Amino acid sequence: MSATVQRLPTAALPEPSAPAAVVSFPSTAKPPRSLGKTAARIAANVVPPLVVIALILIVWQILCSSPGATLPAPTQVWTDAGELILNPFFDYGQGDIGLGLRVLTSLQRVAIGFGIAAVVGVAIGAVIGQSIWAMRGLDPIFQILRTVPPLAWLPLSLAAFMDSAPSAIFVIFITSVWPVIINTAVGVRNIPQDYRNVAQILQLNPAEFFARIMIPAAAPYIFTGLKIGVGLSWLAIVAAEMLTGGVGIGFFIWDAWNSSRLSDIIVALVYIGVVGFMLDRLVTAIGAFVTRGTAAN
Amino acid sequence: MTYLRIENVDKHFDRGGQRSEVLKDVSIDIAQGEVLSIIGHSGCGKSTLLNLIAGLTEVSSGGIQLEGREVNGPGPERAVVFQNHSLLPWLTVYENVNLAVSKVFGKTKSRTERHDWIMHNLDLVQMSHASDKRPTEISGGMKQRVGIARALAMQPKILLLDEPFGALDALTRAHLQDAVMDIQKRLGSTMIMITHDVDEAVLLSDRIVMMTNGPAARIGEILDVPLERPRSRIELAGDRTYLRCREAVLKFLYERHRFVEAA
Ligand SMILES: Nc1ncnc2c1ncn2[C@@H]1O[C@H](COP(=O)(O)OP(=O)(O)OP(=O)(O)O)[C@@H](O)[C@H]1O
Ligand SMILES: [Mg+2]
Repeated sequence: MSATVQRLPTAALPEPSAPAAVVSFPSTAKPPRSLGKTAARIAANVVPPLVVIALILIVWQILCSSPGATLPAPTQVWTDAGELILNPFFDYGQGDIGLGLRVLTSLQRVAIGFGIAAVVGVAIGAVIGQSIWAMRGLDPIFQILRTVPPLAWLPLSLAAFMDSAPSAIFVIFITSVWPVIINTAVGVRNIPQDYRNVAQILQLNPAEFFARIMIPAAAPYIFTGLKIGVGLSWLAIVAAEMLTGGVGIGFFIWDAWNSSRLSDIIVALVYIGVVGFMLDRLVTAIGAFVTRGTAAN
Repeated sequence: MTYLRIENVDKHFDRGGQRSEVLKDVSIDIAQGEVLSIIGHSGCGKSTLLNLIAGLTEVSSGGIQLEGREVNGPGPERAVVFQNHSLLPWLTVYENVNLAVSKVFGKTKSRTERHDWIMHNLDLVQMSHASDKRPTEISGGMKQRVGIARALAMQPKILLLDEPFGALDALTRAHLQDAVMDIQKRLGSTMIMITHDVDEAVLLSDRIVMMTNGPAARIGEILDVPLERPRSRIELAGDRTYLRCREAVLKFLYERHRFVEAA
């Protein structure tokens, strides 16, 4: 495990933090659909991506079919890693398991890291948002720390915790906590004076104010933060699992790279992308459900 | 005996080194159970004065005393019907009232008593049919009515109303005026109401406070309304005292308005 850590600087993996902000934008909520034209609408939404995917596969196939190609073509991927694609949940023992199972392990790790980030981020954000001076003082620092890529936290984390499991969780946590803090703080700052007045007239105590006013009023902001955060935490999974080794999807990629199984990496990338997309949609859906009514105001 | 004393109150807001004087040397003594209207042109500082009494903003100088004690913060014994209703959009109509009721009566009333009390107050403003709706799903006038129900349900010593009937049609307005006055009489609560409606002011109040135009608005004139209660709006329509009061208020506003144009 530590051996893999040694190889860090030579890693040819894509730098994971840059696309973070970009990823979260295109997924704005779609307008609600009437049931009548559902079939046509679904077709209209499903057919174009399928066509594009087909085109990409064809171009990819053409580009990578030449004898000197450095990357495997789709057909090559299919022959090399067909089993990985077709059967996500096989378990041959000795850590030789399907990518679905690996994803579940990674998700567990992300759930812990991101769960802590969500709770801590909302709590810190709520406190900071209440004070204009804390906001002014801390915001620039958060804005800087927010841009530090997950890989960069890795050595520090390992040095601090001296153990791979908590370090991995910490990397996920520290990557995803900033947008939660920042957005919560902004949300709390933006609570309308009207709501504060109501709370004051009723003499709500701080706990009641937090639960009854602050959280619901800032919920749209909080969920924006959580959505960006969950995306970042999933981006950190490869970095985190370089440490832990074992069965996660992130470590699978690292391992496949070390043993030059490029086809496996491509399949794993698709898995990670799809799961990341679903995580994003999940948080968006929860957010839409929780903030119904509030956001419309 | 003076119940609520407002004494030489000044209020100014400072922003970016700039000071805007809003209220200047406002003094008035209010008796318990009295109904007071505040009337004045838009932006003169009526809401600001109400907020000071509610304790939501602090006086710049001078003092406000309730039963001899300095007002230095808001509390449920001074309920406010806000000008913009200020309902919490994530709570239903019922839950909005419930938040106030469970805070004020959480220890003294049982759960079913509280429920009945909430429904009773929603009935008063004819909003019980929409108790499960959210504020975004009801009209402006309906929101205002819920705001009134929320304030009434707190059984405050002092009821502060900021243009409570502004967004209502004449019929609903008359009904609600009656309902509020009924409760005021029963509870003997003190009521301070901001209004733009001269008839409403004369019909409901014991005294009408007329404010001069801002900046640095003062109390221009205080008018006694010596009409017997209960007052019937139909009988009063031709009443001499009523018409005289009405004229006095109109004159004040009209002259002040001219004053603004001259300035
Ligand atoms: N928080 C604040 N900061 C700065 N200025 C304020 C603030 N609140 C009110 N003012 C100013 O005080 C003045 C009086 O405002 P206020 O809301 O009390 O008027 P109003 O008499 O209630 O008007 P309306 O009848 O339109 O409701 C306005 O000029 C307003 O700009
Ligand atoms: Mg006002």
